[in-house]
Amino acid sequence: MNDFVDAFKFIGRNGQIPGEPPLPTIVHLTLETLKIAGIGIAISVAIALPIGLWLGHIHRGSFVAINLGNIWRALPSLAVLAIGVAFLGIGLRNVELALVVLAIPPIITNAYVAVDSVDRDIVDAARGMGLSGWEVLREVELPLGVPLIFAGIRTSALFVVSTTTIAALTGYSGSLGDIINNETSYHLSGVLGAAICIAGLALAVEVVLGVVQRLLTPRGLKVTGAKELEAGATPVVTTA
Amino acid sequence: MILLAAGGNPVIPSFGGSTQQFACERANRLFCGGWVSRNWSTVLWPALRQHIVLTLIAVSIGFAISTALALVAYRRNWLERPVLVITSILYTIPSLALFELLEPSFGLSRTTAEIALVSYTLLILFRNTLTGLREVPAEVRDAAAGMGMSPMQSLLRVELPLAAPAIIAGLRIAAVTVISLATVAALIDDAGLGVPILTAISNNVFKTELIVAGAMAVGLALAADALLVLAQRVLTPWVRAGS
Repeated sequence: MNDFVDAFKFIGRNGQIPGEPPLPTIVHLTLETLKIAGIGIAISVAIALPIGLWLGHIHRGSFVAINLGNIWRALPSLAVLAIGVAFLGIGLRNVELALVVLAIPPIITNAYVAVDSVDRDIVDAARGMGLSGWEVLREVELPLGVPLIFAGIRTSALFVVSTTTIAALTGYSGSLGDIINNETSYHLSGVLGAAICIAGLALAVEVVLGVVQRLLTPRGLKVTGAKELEAGATPVVTTA
Repeated sequence: MILLAAGGNPVIPSFGGSTQQFACERANRLFCGGWVSRNWSTVLWPALRQHIVLTLIAVSIGFAISTALALVAYRRNWLERPVLVITSILYTIPSLALFELLEPSFGLSRTTAEIALVSYTLLILFRNTLTGLREVPAEVRDAAAGMGMSPMQSLLRVELPLAAPAIIAGLRIAAVTVISLATVAALIDDAGLGVPILTAISNNVFKTELIVAGAMAVGLALAADALLVLAQRVLTPWVRAGS
């Protein structure tokens, strides 16, 4: 248990080791990790969400959208990073590419399923009221799909945070993974401290996105069947 | 492990021989087929075999634990919530962190690696098995009871077979997840396909090894997934495969 006490002391010292030259602070590394992950998620959402929503809206490409998710689950993140390093070399470019490759499929799959599975009667009613295709997507399918769409983004976000730290193993420096990768300088207490921060960061991202999802979910959905939607909201899940 | 800085022309130190020999390795070209064939039986194949063993052990133990939990939760509903909360938290913790968090208690060992790997299978397998059992139609259960089956007979001969597609779908996710995470486990246990990847990184980013080991990990995951799809088709011929 002593190791864990020392680990929290290490976090309390903001990642410094007494008698050693100054090291990157824990706060700095945590924010860097968050930044790298944030960029990865932002790019992935920007690419994947429109594709998934559009495919779902026109009810086409289910084979691609769903099988993409299945293949993606089979991609080990360290392997993707390693192959990327061979082609692109060590650096942020490779890390972000790996993050985007790994984060896109669950967002597409979930966005597709979310829109595709909106009750056809509701869509017909909306069309009957004179809404255009674009309006149907924006006013009906998107709000009703929020729980599933967000489940995809949350899965990806978790995966991205996790993979960002694994990137340290492939030589990329500038995340909390650096500490774990350098036990000689940081000792076990530092490594444990960093591990606690990474776990905390992942849980925090999960909780924050959960709150955002709640805020975005239409009130009607929260009352009826929101629980069922959430329960079935993870057609693809994995971790890194 | 301390990583060597990469930069300039990579020098592959440990090959010996004349300059003519291993020219591809020295230049660190993208893919040196000769290296692969020379190191297949000493480096790559053992790593692949260890990886398969790590995965089989983790998935088997995880399957045993979560099936037991799911069967109890199937009869005692109150158990579902606490199990889901605990396994979700375990599932959320990034692998790199979990491996390190277990290290003080279990050391740098196979046990530590397996405990972490098993903990990632629990949420998926528990949830899928329980959902599969719950989705068995009530009429089917009633019919089984009406035919005079005891609850145990009904479970073994009716409910579990009908839940098989959901259970196998869970096994698919669990297997590929463990294969993925077992590469990271190389950090604490000197085994599996993560070992050649980490070696290649510290060896001036030796590209051939990175690509081959990475591709083997991806290939293994795809093969495991395909194998389980096949298993589902064979075991549950009344359902069209695919989840």
